[in-house]
Amino acid sequence: MAHVVVVTSGKGGVGKTTSTAAMGAALAQHGEKVVVIDFDVGLRNLDLVLGAERRVVFDLINVITGVAKLSQALIRDKRVENLHLLPASQTRDKDALTDEGVAKVIDELRGKFDWIICDSPAGIERGATLAMRHADAAIIVTNPEVSSVRDSDRIIGLLDSKTVKAENGERVEKHLLITRYHPSRAARGEMMTIEDVLEILSTPLLGIIPESEEVLRASNIGSPVTLSNALSAPARAYFDAARRLRGEVVPMIVPSENKGIFNKLFGRKAA
Amino acid sequence: MSSVVRQRQSLMFRARSYTGFVIMPRPPIVEWLADLDASLEQSKGFFAGHPIVVDLSSVTLSVNAITQLLASLEERNIRILGIEGLDPAATAPGLPPILRGGRNTQSVELLPDVEPIAVTPAAPKPQQPSLLVEDPVRSGQTVVFIDGDVTVLGSVGSGAEIVAGGSIHIYGTLRGRAMAGATGNARARIFCHRVEAELLAIDSFYKTAEDIDESLRRGPAQAWLEGNTLRISALN
Repeated sequence: MAHVVVVTSGKGGVGKTTSTAAMGAALAQHGEKVVVIDFDVGLRNLDLVLGAERRVVFDLINVITGVAKLSQALIRDKRVENLHLLPASQTRDKDALTDEGVAKVIDELRGKFDWIICDSPAGIERGATLAMRHADAAIIVTNPEVSSVRDSDRIIGLLDSKTVKAENGERVEKHLLITRYHPSRAARGEMMTIEDVLEILSTPLLGIIPESEEVLRASNIGSPVTLSNALSAPARAYFDAARRLRGEVVPMIVPSENKGIFNKLFGRKAA
Repeated sequence: MSSVVRQRQSLMFRARSYTGFVIMPRPPIVEWLADLDASLEQSKGFFAGHPIVVDLSSVTLSVNAITQLLASLEERNIRILGIEGLDPAATAPGLPPILRGGRNTQSVELLPDVEPIAVTPAAPKPQQPSLLVEDPVRSGQTVVFIDGDVTVLGSVGSGAEIVAGGSIHIYGTLRGRAMAGATGNARARIFCHRVEAELLAIDSFYKTAEDIDESLRRGPAQAWLEGNTLRISALN
């Protein structure tokens, strides 16, 4: 059965698109059939992070308005063949998204993929509410700082009220993904601790992604971090999170960059 | 020039119940009136200004006799609001409306006292409605419950609001706003397991986070009104 997962946060710049690409690629590397959808109509980024920007012909809006067929708009990744992208339109605005149109596209994708991952735009407007509308599960991306945590709290409230599942009296399964975490800064009190964040949001933890230059480097070369450097600390954290999303029990540890000569050697080679 | 089209407003009717006194004349009416006079002698003005209903189920009177009885009561300053126990077919246009479906609350005796102490009509014991919220209240959500108390089992997030006509009880951390006694109830209170509130208010008197003593923060606390001052203290 297909899982529709929204990656959301409320606040911008916390790592939604990076996490969508990394989680999508990690699931595809496990052999699952994955499609990632960019809902940020007018400000698309997911194509860049996946290195597919030069192959975009049709987009989500074209499919909704009937200009193109779904199969024409889907872009298959060149590195992992199970990974597909449905890009957003850069020229249209979010009003071009309709509830019925999105429902139809998601329904059609359910028959073709194991995982449908919706990359939500920041904010709580139309694009964000439609991205979460049909979700079975949500990954809430949060940085360990107060404004991001409060925005995530707001988004959790919306997930419990504005989704199809919530309106049918069911619950959207929620997972918290803490990104840009810096263990030493948290220990010095310069950053909120994981316990603080969990206490405020009272939502189960999916993973902790450490702050790393690898993430920026991966974005710049147009590759999910789990593909560009699979042995780096953030990549290992994303692999663990993807396994937890599939229902496996994986002990919660924060992978660090400088642990053992083994990681160091391989880390350099893969970069 | 602009033409204004007046929209017809929709009328709203409400049903409401009140407590009134019921007097029950017994035959013979003349003797009953004499007994009434004797009682009124002891507590004058007992019925003055109160809603009185006359129950005619113990007597059989013609429309004429009823009109006379009402006039006699009027002379004694007893104004009749409605009639109970009369066949609707036996009524006439000039008579007060027929009432049905009355429920007894408590019988009141005429006390030999000039001051009408017993006059306070015993209202039916009001139910104490309350609202239980089992999930955390998230940022941006508002819980409004004007009819009574609100109990929240989880936490109230920063940027969330609880508005209650009565008191507010929060078993998690209060990080947002809590407004108790919103309908002017100065006796309402706010209780929380851990106070990190942005704002506490009771009956429109409020304190913001800046005014909450630092020593109370992150601990269990209650807030109440003392005159026009909102007081907060630790709950231990």
